[in-house]
Amino acid sequence: MTKIWLIIKREYLSRVKKKTFILSTFLTPLLFAGILFTVIMITVKSVSTDKFAVRDSSGFFKDKLKSSKVIEFDFNDSVNNQNFAALGYTGVLYTPQTDINQSDSFKIFSKKNLGVVASERIRDQITNAIENHLLDSLYQINLATLDSVRQQARSAQISNIIMEGDNKTKQGNSQIAYWIGYAAAFLIYITLFIYGTMVMRGVMEEKMNRIAEVMVSSVKPFQLMIGKIVGIGAVGLTQFLMWIVLVFVFSTIINSFIPPEILQQVQEGGNQLPGNNSQANEAIVGLAKAGVKLSGVNLPLIIGCFLFYFLFGYLFYASLFAAVGSAVNEDPQDAQSLMLPVTMPIVFGIIIMMNAIINPTSPMAVWTSIIPFFSPIVMMARLPFGVPGTVAWWELIVSMLSLIGGFLFTTWLSARIYRTGILLYGKKVTWKELIKWAFRSS
Amino acid sequence: MNILEVNHLKKYYATQKAVDDISFTVAPGSIFGLLGPNGAGKTTLIRMITGIFYPDSGEILFNGKKFHPQNDAVHIGYMPEERGLYKKMKIGEQAVYLAQLKGLSRADAVRKVKEWFIKFNMESWWGKKVEDLSKGMGQKLQFVTTVLHEPKLIILDEPFSGLDPVNSNLIKDEIYQLAKRGSSIIFSTHRMEQVEEICDHIILVNKGQKILDGTVHNVKQQFKENLFSVKLDKQPQSVQSPVFELIGKNEGELIVKINEGHRPNDVLQYFMQQQCNIMAFHEILPSLSDIFIKLVEGTPLSRQFEPITA
Repeated sequence: MTKIWLIIKREYLSRVKKKTFILSTFLTPLLFAGILFTVIMITVKSVSTDKFAVRDSSGFFKDKLKSSKVIEFDFNDSVNNQNFAALGYTGVLYTPQTDINQSDSFKIFSKKNLGVVASERIRDQITNAIENHLLDSLYQINLATLDSVRQQARSAQISNIIMEGDNKTKQGNSQIAYWIGYAAAFLIYITLFIYGTMVMRGVMEEKMNRIAEVMVSSVKPFQLMIGKIVGIGAVGLTQFLMWIVLVFVFSTIINSFIPPEILQQVQEGGNQLPGNNSQANEAIVGLAKAGVKLSGVNLPLIIGCFLFYFLFGYLFYASLFAAVGSAVNEDPQDAQSLMLPVTMPIVFGIIIMMNAIINPTSPMAVWTSIIPFFSPIVMMARLPFGVPGTVAWWELIVSMLSLIGGFLFTTWLSARIYRTGILLYGKKVTWKELIKWAFRSS
Repeated sequence: MNILEVNHLKKYYATQKAVDDISFTVAPGSIFGLLGPNGAGKTTLIRMITGIFYPDSGEILFNGKKFHPQNDAVHIGYMPEERGLYKKMKIGEQAVYLAQLKGLSRADAVRKVKEWFIKFNMESWWGKKVEDLSKGMGQKLQFVTTVLHEPKLIILDEPFSGLDPVNSNLIKDEIYQLAKRGSSIIFSTHRMEQVEEICDHIILVNKGQKILDGTVHNVKQQFKENLFSVKLDKQPQSVQSPVFELIGKNEGELIVKINEGHRPNDVLQYFMQQQCNIMAFHEILPSLSDIFIKLVEGTPLSRQFEPITA
């Protein structure tokens, strides 16, 4: 046991002390924060204010067209379609001379084609004004009453309340769940690759440096393999915990630097941008809302499960990567072809996840979140939708148990490949042989 | 009691009998030579003794008890032919780490590493990385890590390859010292002059089988061809005798092979009767190299693969 501990310590310290580790640990969150900050700033900046002069000869629209952050109306009769640009206006709006009901005779003169946002805004304001006018003039409806009626109608919110057992309810929020699930699953996917290949390279290094033979004359090959896997896993955990702390620190800093109005504006800007169902946009809006609406998600459970699925997903795959590393000879190209059967399930996992996150209760989503090859990715995508609402408790428990079982199995299997492979030089190994090593009696 | 006793050890691979029924013993404090051509099965044999491989059959007794790889690894130091160290690790830390894996406490390991580094003039290396070392320097480091934990059995596979004569001698002296302090050393090499110089006892392995076993002295006696060198003050006109046959003639020296049933004294008598003054007379023993070549001759240069049906 002390030997495994020594190996773990070496694997851990030799990596944590590296400059690249320290840099990547601190720079990655900075990079993300930087990207986020830039995106927010660009969105804020791109919400420009267009100034329109209004030639309202009927005098009807005065006070009815309301300036907003995006569009400013200026009732100024000295502006005409010749001089508006020189006076600093984006355009000039001519309303019909006589009857405002001639709705086809509104004219806007501008130097360039108006943006979708601006023209829609102007149209909205005009139709609103006309509508109000008609309601008032034809049906004598008091505008104040109408406003309050509309206000009331608009204030209706649809909230999805999830029934948890008898009297317990929970605020559902599929939008936030979607993004958390997506992010968590992707993070698992990426880390499986990063730390899995780190294990594989470590094993290859030991084999090629020929230190393996010295080591296995002191310790059992199994101890060497487990020590490496656990050591690198601890490196990964360290990095994650530091990221969580750093993200928390950064987000606090950013929150205190960016006033809430700007976040509001970002949200508005997001809504205003044409084609506002684009994902990037939603992400920003989602983030802006996240602070308010996170309450609908069981964050401690998700973080706990994330760490579990990260750890055991890693352990499940790391030993397979170690087995591949032990079988590789001098030629690193062998690694590519031997790695394929190990990386395929991970890639499948992410493909299934993209489907499962849209429909988290479909049979495929449920079953793949139990199969250990895919469960770390798929289950993490489903979990934010709620336990036990979307993911039943039994599903979670079976998924966790099968992952632990799977990890024990792959470790057992890999250890048998590893102890043969680590000392075998010069021969190109095929998967057929690896399987033979794994299942032959010793 | 022997430190190591190997009885009928066998290890077959799919296409080769790597080790086929080999037995030998290593006495405490002795330097034991394990010889054999490339691919004879030496490495496989060593790997079984170090607990890296399990034998298919046969038994290994370590210090009189059945060999237990996990427990006995502490008492074995193994330096493989292909040297291996962590390239990116600092040299001092690496030596301490390897010593700790052999069961030393950190404090002991640090102390011992420092002692050895001083002994080998390596103090300034502590904070360097292995990748900064030359091949010979790496070799010295590897030797230190092998013997640091004062193992009872030290297995050295080609310990002098890549070392200059000064460092070779340094290591050789250490090997003698270790043997004097009671460690047994198994020494595997192709360099026969070193074996003759260092080893007490040798075995020769070929095609997975032991073909020779004995002390260096006995082996030489066993393979001697009754050759003698005679130095005379003047060359006789002709040499003709039923006692011996003349094999070679050098400047003032004759090489003779004594025939069956005769003794060296008969040779001397013959020359004295020829009125020759004998300046020197000594036996020519075969070198281990000659014996090696003689025994291994006829074996294809590299071992062929053959199906195993045993």
